[in-house]
Amino acid sequence: MKRFSCDELVELVTAFLENDLDESTRSRFEEHLVGCEGCEHYLSQFRTTVDALGTLRVETPGAPRHEGLPGDEGLSRATRDRLMSAFRDRRTA
Amino acid sequence: MESFTGGRLPPDDVVVAALRAGDEAMFATLLDTWSRGMLWLARSHVSTNDSAEEVVQDTWLAVIKGIDGFEGRSSVKTWIYRILVNTARKRGVRENRTVPWSSVFEQERPTVDRSSFQGVDDPLPGHWKYLPAIWPTPAPEGELLAAEVRVRIGAALAELPPRQRTVITLRDVEGCTSEEVCEILDISAANQRVLLHRARAAVREQLEDYFETARRSA
Repeated sequence: MKRFSCDELVELVTAFLENDLDESTRSRFEEHLVGCEGCEHYLSQFRTTVDALGTLRVETPGAPRHEGLPGDEGLSRATRDRLMSAFRDRRTA
Repeated sequence: MESFTGGRLPPDDVVVAALRAGDEAMFATLLDTWSRGMLWLARSHVSTNDSAEEVVQDTWLAVIKGIDGFEGRSSVKTWIYRILVNTARKRGVRENRTVPWSSVFEQERPTVDRSSFQGVDDPLPGHWKYLPAIWPTPAPEGELLAAEVRVRIGAALAELPPRQRTVITLRDVEGCTSEEVCEILDISAANQRVLLHRARAAVREQLEDYFETARRSA
């Protein structure tokens, strides 16, 4: 069976992490990893990247702000007031 | 799913019952918990922050109108995000900003720079020329990621093509499952994976650049 080269393996990392590889591809992926320090590091960098992205979650009250990113300020006071009053009015509509 | 609902909101059936009963505190909580993420996502599709705010406003108005008819076939948040994405897309089309979502496959270009690998004349073509570095261990649990790293990731996300940014935001930032993302965006599992992989690889590259610069200046 053909062995992966590193440039092929890097394209399968998300499929590997999602558990979407078929059995034979998965075992070739894992065999390659065992013998390849470079790909092992790459996989670890990829995992760190995914974990770091998770720390950007904005929905938790008091979560770190996204300086300069759209949405960082949340809804404007005017929009929020408008929505609250639309919600209130729905009962009487 | 715990992470997707934020971990602080009550279960969906409680949320829905409260909204139907006109519980203003519950509505305010949802507004304040989800609107920032929604604004960010809407901004991928439209051309200004004001436009994104209108998309989010229209989404909440549709939620107010539709809550009595909500059938619970998906989670409340998936339902709201579907409305958001559809509203944002329509608006993006009006603003001539939208890439057709049907052409979902990005260009088939490698996600790692070819110069990182050995060429045909090297001893092991396709294998690493330079080993990827070991990155510094992430900050201990509970400690915030270095502000600089977050800024760097934010910039990397901002540079992504809209479809990739939407998928990676929903999956890795918001914590949706792949099934939820497929449902919200109406794309296949394979498309979702391709977009996610390209986006993650692009963010990884930016972080590599950051860590490399940090290492050199240390």
